[in-house]
Amino acid sequence: MNSTSTVSSEILGVTDVDKALKRIAHEIVERNPDLNDVVIVGMQTGGTWIASRLHENIAQISPEVSVPLGAVDISMYRDDFSLRPIVLSAPTDIPVDLTGRTVVLVDDVLFTGRTVRAALEALNDHGRPRAVQLAVMVDRGHRELPIRPDYVGKNIPTHFSDEVSVGPVGVTVVAATGEPL
Amino acid sequence: MKHLLSTRDLSTEEIVSILAMADHMAEINARAVPKVPALRGRTVASVFFEDSTRTRLSFETAATRLSAEVMTFTASSSSVNKGESLRDTIETLSAMGVDAFVIRHKSSGAPQQITQWTEASVINAGDGWHQHPTQALLDAYTITRNFKELNSMQGRTVAIVGDIKHSRVARSDIDVFTRLGAKVVLVAPAAFLPSSLEGWGVTTAESLDEVIDVVDVVYMLRIQRERMDAAQMPSLREYGSLFALTPERAARMQDHALLLHPGPINRGVEMVVDPSMVPGSRILQQVTNGISIRMAVLFSLLGGDATTTLSNGAES
Repeated sequence: MNSTSTVSSEILGVTDVDKALKRIAHEIVERNPDLNDVVIVGMQTGGTWIASRLHENIAQISPEVSVPLGAVDISMYRDDFSLRPIVLSAPTDIPVDLTGRTVVLVDDVLFTGRTVRAALEALNDHGRPRAVQLAVMVDRGHRELPIRPDYVGKNIPTHFSDEVSVGPVGVTVVAATGEPL
Repeated sequence: MKHLLSTRDLSTEEIVSILAMADHMAEINARAVPKVPALRGRTVASVFFEDSTRTRLSFETAATRLSAEVMTFTASSSSVNKGESLRDTIETLSAMGVDAFVIRHKSSGAPQQITQWTEASVINAGDGWHQHPTQALLDAYTITRNFKELNSMQGRTVAIVGDIKHSRVARSDIDVFTRLGAKVVLVAPAAFLPSSLEGWGVTTAESLDEVIDVVDVVYMLRIQRERMDAAQMPSLREYGSLFALTPERAARMQDHALLLHPGPINRGVEMVVDPSMVPGSRILQQVTNGISIRMAVLFSLLGGDATTTLSNGAES
């Protein structure tokens, strides 16, 4: 348990999340004129609901194209096993060979970049994508690797020790005030 | 979890979580390149003092697919023949840098003893008549995944047929199956049953014919010919007349019923029927699943330190 008090603030509400998901879907369609090559891949588990919402939105924008939707589990590719407990989510499910495709990798929060690095390695085991683009709901900064997002729901400056929670109903930042309870 | 010596070391929740982890490993094993970097830099030593081909290869394949280094030790080609003690062998290998020992030994309790001599994790790959925990896990995995009941064997009945008394597989299976909710019926001549079954939570039957058409799983154990005398069975033929799986008996299995066997199969002894002729046979699937289960066990023991956590919230 935290030994200090916390302050919780809602940054995005449910309609903001909806709007961001619609905007990102439009950006993906705009950036990829040949939508037939695109595969949407959500990162287990935080990115999968976002990936499936983006997938629905893209289907509405371009109903003539059927874009495959997959999921990638990166727990076997992490570089920080000794630092974290093992959390196994749902298994990887990549429905098509990724060779020559453009993968839109989707996650909820972009932080140090280490999860994305692991996901890139995991994707390579399913073929060699022509390009990988990164979509996140929140970019909270504090990168430890040279990784940047292509599509962002919202940039949120945070303290390293803040906790960011992202869900369909909104985005909340929980900050430790440092004051003892 | 530091060691896996017995199924009894595992809580039922831990068993369920290893089975779930094996689903991840099965997905990896189905890929064109079935390899992930999860255990890069770790060393797994397989140390077998008793002959085994499939279990040793299964563990070594599992370790390789997780990118661990594999060290192989077989007693027949080692300094054991020059009189080196078990303790010296383990201490010597430990000094070379080993993260996990996979041990098979003819003496019950040898893996437990070995934990006293090394800092590494110890996995029991079969000790005497005592335990063979990964076999029970892969059997439970095979059964639950075939019945699409991920976390339980509730309401299922498993017949374990053969030399229960001398079988570490039977001991491990009975523990895991009953804890997952299955009913277990042991089918064997009296001499092949332990002297007391009190507390085992099982029932017995005196012939395969009694149960063949009502059980959900028929689990055949390997019969060792040299034990026939001890069993006071006049002949293999007499044993077979009551306990062998013949084509006639196999035909009486329920449509959904599974046939399992830990291997190697003794054709014409306990298995008179050709297993490839039995629609419910999952014997080769057990071998495939064994790799996924052993990957899950290795990853659980070596994949991380669950006691250390970072709490920086969203971890991307």
